[in-house]
Amino acid sequence: MTNNIVEIDNLSFGYKGRLLHKGINMVFPRGKVVAIMGGSGSGKTTLLRLIGGQIKPSKGEVRVHGDVVHKQDRDGIFKLRRKMGMLFQQGALFTDLSVYENVAFPMRELTDLPDSMIHDLVLMKLNAVGLRGAHTLMPAELSGGMARRVALARAIALDPAIMMYDEPFAGLDPISMGVICSLIRSLNDALGATSIIVSHDVKETFLIADYVYFVANGVVTAEGTPDDLMKSTLPYVHQFVHGDKDGPVPFHYPAGNYQSELMKQS
Amino acid sequence: MIKSKPLISIIKTLQGIGHRMVERIWRLGAGARLFFLTIVYSAESFKRFHLTMREIYSTGVMSLLIIIVSAFFVGMVLALQGYNTLQKYGSSEAIGVLVSLALVRELGPVVTALLFAGRAGTAITAEIGLMKTTEQLSAMEMMAVNPIARVVAPRFWAGVISMPILAALFSMVGILGGYIVAVPLIGVDEGAFWSQMQANVDFQSDIVNGVIKSLVFGVACTMIALFEGFDAPPTAEGVSRATTRTVVISSLTVLGLDFVLTSFMLVI
Amino acid sequence: MDRTKIDLWVGIFVALGVAALLGLAMKVGNLTSGKIGETYSVTAAFENVGSLKPHAPVKSAGVAVGRVDSIVFDSKTYEAVVTIKIDKRYSFPKDTFANIYTAGLLGEQYIGLEAGGDEDVLKNNDKIAKTQDAVVLEKMISQFLFSKASETDKDAKQSAPASEPEVKPAAAKSTELGDAPF
Repeated sequence: MTNNIVEIDNLSFGYKGRLLHKGINMVFPRGKVVAIMGGSGSGKTTLLRLIGGQIKPSKGEVRVHGDVVHKQDRDGIFKLRRKMGMLFQQGALFTDLSVYENVAFPMRELTDLPDSMIHDLVLMKLNAVGLRGAHTLMPAELSGGMARRVALARAIALDPAIMMYDEPFAGLDPISMGVICSLIRSLNDALGATSIIVSHDVKETFLIADYVYFVANGVVTAEGTPDDLMKSTLPYVHQFVHGDKDGPVPFHYPAGNYQSELMKQS
Repeated sequence: MIKSKPLISIIKTLQGIGHRMVERIWRLGAGARLFFLTIVYSAESFKRFHLTMREIYSTGVMSLLIIIVSAFFVGMVLALQGYNTLQKYGSSEAIGVLVSLALVRELGPVVTALLFAGRAGTAITAEIGLMKTTEQLSAMEMMAVNPIARVVAPRFWAGVISMPILAALFSMVGILGGYIVAVPLIGVDEGAFWSQMQANVDFQSDIVNGVIKSLVFGVACTMIALFEGFDAPPTAEGVSRATTRTVVISSLTVLGLDFVLTSFMLVI
Repeated sequence: MDRTKIDLWVGIFVALGVAALLGLAMKVGNLTSGKIGETYSVTAAFENVGSLKPHAPVKSAGVAVGRVDSIVFDSKTYEAVVTIKIDKRYSFPKDTFANIYTAGLLGEQYIGLEAGGDEDVLKNNDKIAKTQDAVVLEKMISQFLFSKASETDKDAKQSAPASEPEVKPAAAKSTELGDAPF
């Protein structure tokens, strides 16, 4: 078997002819943190859903541990998902369960562990994200950063081989962002897992990623290590990395001639 | 391409009707599919019955207050109104029959179902809609946990179990309310009140049929609430609309089903 | 919310529901009176049972003593054979009279038993010989109208030459209604 845990091979996905992805190739090697970057609406999150088997590709395939995801039946997909952990954009904590029960949820649902062992495991996972003291709180009582960390503890509850992060830095204050950032890296190295980060926060992502893919207009426009990309002269990458206002991604939505449109009004 | 304006508007209207019809039928099918899946995955959720217990608590026990209070008032009003009319015909002892038959046959199951749709149905829709909006259902799926077995099925069975219990309580409390107005307040003879009731309320054709009705309403109301929550667009606006729709559709369905069930029960 | 607390509440909830249902069945419904302990059944043949139904009460001197078990049509005698179940505590003479009465003018129909003077009592599967059919209201009304009509016909014939005939039917109708006992 290859060293690549997840492989995306010539993948196309779209609704009714309007393709969101047009032939994407990516590999995610064991033990690495790989980032997928791109502007809003470029289909980054959809890629994670394709890896998780929540949607089927129109063409091409996603292989996890060599198994083609969309050819699995329900049990097969569930078996694959047990090896995956996913951190959702807003945390997606179960609002009717306490922090403790949230982290215990995957253990209770998917394993037959006795309560005492679940108790120890939950506290260990919460300790890893620094929130052992908050295990009695309800999700509504947590700040955004704390909720994200609890969700992270829940995602690693069953020691997954693949960790997926959907916009882990969005909407966080700088301190929480730094905490999450270092947690992603340290957890990846501690678990020996493969991490896939979907993000558009350049600074944090470049800090922890081993390899970065840029997605735009449905194709991988650039890829490389963060250092390579920082130096990249590709117009799109340059605009994205340095946050230029105008460039290949224009400031203006495609429109007709400004002057003639103004004249038409009168 | 020259068409008269009225023709175009007629075609537009027809298109609108057709589009709405197709959408309704699609939703009906999707609802039936959810119902089917719920039944299929029920066995999985029954293995951990405490999940259903939790939902019985939040749908059934939490609806107790509204059910009991409204039943009491409905019973009292029925007795007052019934007495007013019955005494004109000199048969005010029949007030017990009137109150109990009205409650056991119709008002118990129907009003309970309407209140249930307002109290528990909206809560279910909002909760599931919120779980969808905040990606909790998606997260569950990604954790290899089936949301239908874990979230939908327990709520479904909780609703189906709670509804007949609530309806029976409604009828009983309503009759007590009627009793309080009729006997101590108006002064109808107590013996006549109960004996006339017992002579005219049949266990099989009235009480059992009432329970059957409330069971059917329980299935319908809970399923509608669950489907609307599941089908809600994942936005705040979508969830609030779905909640409104739950009440409207549940109420109409309950009243329509009541007519169908009653006509069947009267024929048999 | 603690799991034991939830269990407790749900337990209370279900117990309340069962209690309400039992209350409905016992206090409101006729389950208690419908379940008479030990019974013996007797049959009675009627030419017309009217709207008598199974489960209708069987009363004697106004007291419920049993229930109608089944009503079947006998194709040999063209009669309705009614099986009634009577409480073992009550015994009736062999020549007991079975009537079908109506509770109130338009109410439910029931069987009334009037005891005779025979020394022997009715036993299980005995047949009550003396029966009286249900009163069918339509028959009564049509009989009544028929007799009235023939009377008024006579009146009309007698008074026809004297006055205008158009007024007569109206007058006849008014007497009919005025005399009607219902």
